[in-house]
Amino acid sequence: MPAATAPVVSMSGVRKRFNEGLPNETEVLHGIDLAVRPGEFAALIGPSGSGKSTLLNLIGLLDRPSAGEYLLKGVSIGSASDDERTRARLDTLGFVFQFHHLLPGFSALENVMLPGLMRDGAFTRSQRENARELLASVGLSGAFDKRPGELSGGMQQRVAIARALALAPDLVLADEPTGNLDTHSADEAFALLRRFNAERGCAFIIVTHDPRLAARCDRVIELRDGSVERDGPVVAAGPPG
Amino acid sequence: MRFEWIVALRFLREGGLQTALIVVGAALGISFIVFITGFLGELQRDIVQRTLGVQPHVTIKPLEEVARPLRPERAQGDAPLVLSDVQPRGQRLRSIDQWQATVAQLRENGDVRAISPLAAGPGLVTRGDSNKSLTIVGIVAEPYAAVTRLDQKLVEGRLQVDPGDVLLGRDLAEDLGVGIGDTVRLSTPSSSGDTYRVRGIFDLGAKNLNQLYAYVGLATAQALHALPGGVTSIEVTVDDLWDAERVATDLARTIPHLVESWIRTNRQLMVALSNQTLMTRMIRMCFGLVVAIGVASVLMVAVVQKTREIGILRAMGTTRGRVLRVFLLQGAIIGLIGSVLGCALGYALARFMSGVLTSADGARLFTAHVDLPLYLYTTVGAILLGVIAAALPARRASRLDPAQAIRM
Repeated sequence: MPAATAPVVSMSGVRKRFNEGLPNETEVLHGIDLAVRPGEFAALIGPSGSGKSTLLNLIGLLDRPSAGEYLLKGVSIGSASDDERTRARLDTLGFVFQFHHLLPGFSALENVMLPGLMRDGAFTRSQRENARELLASVGLSGAFDKRPGELSGGMQQRVAIARALALAPDLVLADEPTGNLDTHSADEAFALLRRFNAERGCAFIIVTHDPRLAARCDRVIELRDGSVERDGPVVAAGPPG
Repeated sequence: MRFEWIVALRFLREGGLQTALIVVGAALGISFIVFITGFLGELQRDIVQRTLGVQPHVTIKPLEEVARPLRPERAQGDAPLVLSDVQPRGQRLRSIDQWQATVAQLRENGDVRAISPLAAGPGLVTRGDSNKSLTIVGIVAEPYAAVTRLDQKLVEGRLQVDPGDVLLGRDLAEDLGVGIGDTVRLSTPSSSGDTYRVRGIFDLGAKNLNQLYAYVGLATAQALHALPGGVTSIEVTVDDLWDAERVATDLARTIPHLVESWIRTNRQLMVALSNQTLMTRMIRMCFGLVVAIGVASVLMVAVVQKTREIGILRAMGTTRGRVLRVFLLQGAIIGLIGSVLGCALGYALARFMSGVLTSADGARLFTAHVDLPLYLYTTVGAILLGVIAAALPARRASRLDPAQAIRM
């Protein structure tokens, strides 16, 4: 591990408790140590209830750890204000969700321009060019002005992927990005994620239930009962084929 | 702020029928507020004009004469206590001291629109065997018409008060059995009088008023009342009827006479009018409240409907403040569009109602007119109301936990 590549995500001893101080207090994450370096392509797997979503929310700055330290690009962000964390999400992270979550009132192009709109406060020509380029690269050149409702599920997810990459984030968090798609669309979407990883060098953490998908990542982090059970490169011992 | 505008407008557009309904609802409520405000203003002006008859907005009269005892009324130091009985003086018919100077002073006041000096006092009108006591008022025709609109109240003849001319009220003329061109005799306690030719007959809208006044030229009245060159009062019209009391107070500071506004001399009328105003204000407030609650509930529903979208915006990097402003702005936009439509609708309603509503004497109860200041106030008020109504939904939207909102 060369020292020059400082981790994007660096967690040590991170715990998350819900209902803190109440009789029904439960600890969901018991001391997670995790580092994700730039350009990594990691799968986060584990049975439901293992704490995957909670961990993803912590990494994505949507929730705060109860204990432990979290450095995002080397900056401690645990006690930052809500506005600072929001700004860090905008500048550093991209999100792809299972149910694509495009804004129905905006066209495909405008959805991809949204992060830029948030950053710049207005729609600009360069945002538009960037969004056109991204949509073209996910194979949606003909759907710029279509509303999400007019697109198929697979197309919507490709728009969402383009949107996550609009501001060239350091890390893209994808929560079951193919969970809601047919096999063909799922393969297409996954191929896109891999391609952007290779072309743009941003790191990916992909939460998935699908062992087939996990096998196509570079690294697998497996959670069980709130602890990291396994963390290592994918062993090329999958089913022959 | 552009981000907030773009998102707020899209959210409203997405709302479709829901947005259309609340905008129409707000417009209807606001149109009624606009209508009732304009209607009340016109109605009250009409009531005042009818009730006041020829009363001016502001009257300037000589100060009442008071008896001033030379001895002190209270014991001072060692001086012996003096018991005295001071009789109040009877008020004589007197001229306003230096009234020409007062008129000049009035001309310089920006609020004053018309000035009419007059000489009025008690007298008798005689024709044959019938006598009627009345007030003989000496006027200068044009300024008096400007103050009291007497020219519009003439039912016969002309507003002409040259020497030897008199104008009588309709009921008095009937009592005396005279018409245009007939002569009557006017006399006063200080003059045995002369004969005058009836040049005009007026109707002030009330029988007792029509029996009370006879109008002659100012010089004629000065002679009849033995007030050579003098006037007993100066009547003034101000720009705004409702502003009369303030103008009177202002004038009283520099004019050494008694200055009274119609508001002070018609306390009861004023009380009745302000009760009416209070009532309409309450009705308007109720309508405003209903509109505000409507806007608030629609936006509250919109927040619930858009929970996922708000969550995704927050997750992608939209601050709480921005989400808050997106919803406040939606309230403001509903208020703005609602008030523009509402003002237009209110005017249309006024136009329609002014054709339908007539008073007992067949005259129009009020006329619809474009009241720009009212529309401006209404629009500003509606925008504020929209923002206030949006406060609760906006707060709720901004406090959504993005992690939970996305999973909904």
